[in-house]
Amino acid sequence: MAATGTLTIPQKSKMDAVLVLRIAIIASLLVFWQLLSMSGLLYEDVVPGLPQITAGLYRLLTTTEFYVNLKVTAGEILAASLIGGLTGMIAGLSLGGSYFMERAFERYFYYLGPTPKIIFFPLMIMWFGVGSGSKVAMGAVSCFFPVALAVAAGMRRIPPILIRVGESFRANRWQMLTKVHLPAMREPVVNGFRLGFGVALIGVLLAETKLSNQGLGFLVIQNYQRFDMPGMYALLIAIFVIAVAVNAALGRLSRGGRRR
Amino acid sequence: MSTVARDPFLRRWAPELTGAAVIICGFLLIELLVRTAILNPYVVPRPSDVLLAFERIVVEEQILSRFLVTAAEAGTAAVLVALIGIPLGTLLQGVPLLRKATETWIAGMAAAPIVLIYPLFLVIFGRSPWTIIAIAVLAGLPPVAMLTLEGLSAVRPALVDTGRSFRLSRWQMFWKIMFPAALPSIFSGLRIGLIFALINVVGVEFLINFGGLGPLINELAERYDMPGTYAAICFVVFVSIIVFVVMERLEKWLRPVR
Repeated sequence: MAATGTLTIPQKSKMDAVLVLRIAIIASLLVFWQLLSMSGLLYEDVVPGLPQITAGLYRLLTTTEFYVNLKVTAGEILAASLIGGLTGMIAGLSLGGSYFMERAFERYFYYLGPTPKIIFFPLMIMWFGVGSGSKVAMGAVSCFFPVALAVAAGMRRIPPILIRVGESFRANRWQMLTKVHLPAMREPVVNGFRLGFGVALIGVLLAETKLSNQGLGFLVIQNYQRFDMPGMYALLIAIFVIAVAVNAALGRLSRGGRRR
Repeated sequence: MSTVARDPFLRRWAPELTGAAVIICGFLLIELLVRTAILNPYVVPRPSDVLLAFERIVVEEQILSRFLVTAAEAGTAAVLVALIGIPLGTLLQGVPLLRKATETWIAGMAAAPIVLIYPLFLVIFGRSPWTIIAIAVLAGLPPVAMLTLEGLSAVRPALVDTGRSFRLSRWQMFWKIMFPAALPSIFSGLRIGLIFALINVVGVEFLINFGGLGPLINELAERYDMPGTYAAICFVVFVSIIVFVVMERLEKWLRPVR
């Protein structure tokens, strides 16, 4: 209703029109959902109405269960991103730093990168147990490939003049790495980490939905099994909001580097 | 060393051959470590056993029909992605206001963990192929829509002006000028979209234990058939790699020479 009200206001500028359209789209989606819920076309429990979902969200955010599991999942994602990111960065630096290494190994990274990582989960359980270890491993494997490829590509895109300046100052390998290479490729590296974080998050949460007894992924599947649909939708909304917020924050970090 | 330096084939492919040799040596090392029980043979099977298990999973586990089930799901998803994604990208290009309002959303969707909402489709469609296809379509859509939009927006103004000088209608303009000029970009989008769809098909199959190749890994792992599990995982990885390579070749082949 609010959307139709604002539509009649004369458009002051392009920005307002965009904003109005966005609000209209969101509002119509919400109305569509509510009508679908009330229509009875699908079982009512499957598509709960907006009030029930809001109540579910309130319930979720006021119980400690959510925060305990959030902490577990956040810890796993962080560990996975650190392990996968650092190993990926080392692999990327050695791939990007030498033409020989690039030709010898990069194709394997390139083709293994986009394969579905979750199918390795049974192996991770065998190697690291059913607890947090296997989830961290799952996330780290997912995170490794995009970071390695992004760092390797970033290293090749460094302007040769920067490297020549470093060499003319007789910088040693370590100095070249910390003073020339890493600062020059900050943007691709941060972008690689952002991609890596995104897939690490997916890896950890999917692993939790498959087999676990803690974490947000486990909560989702528990709500599904209890058929607590408002709770499940609320949880999915919360996970998406967190994922998008972190992704946006990391994106700002990489753009911040460009401006400075 | 001197013979290596003189042989033109070896000299040309030295890095690739070294890479392959290192990987083969890695497998031999694992074989050795497992045989001497330094690596637990119950957790890591011998690579040679995994190799032998390939024949078993092909013969005993109907891997071909399983592969066809997965391929059918991925194919259906790909067709839906193309049928929804290309018109969506075209619509966004045609209506600038809509584009301004939703372009960042679609880009955000490409980065969002879409596959996580599989329980939602599980509730709506049950454990059926449509749950798998729905997730795959959602995952494949953003790249197709974005690259269609990008391709149409990047059509050279000279081409558009030529069309105008022939007084083409909007419809003719699209089919004779815009669409052919944007095809390379649309193909890239379709390739990426299909890859995303395929990854998600296999992943969701594994997660909900339904369909073709995904459940095979589950079953073998639950039977504690370690060589079989490793072999099945390798098979899925090989299949995805073959699809990537074929798609890449196809795109290069279809791309018109400028």
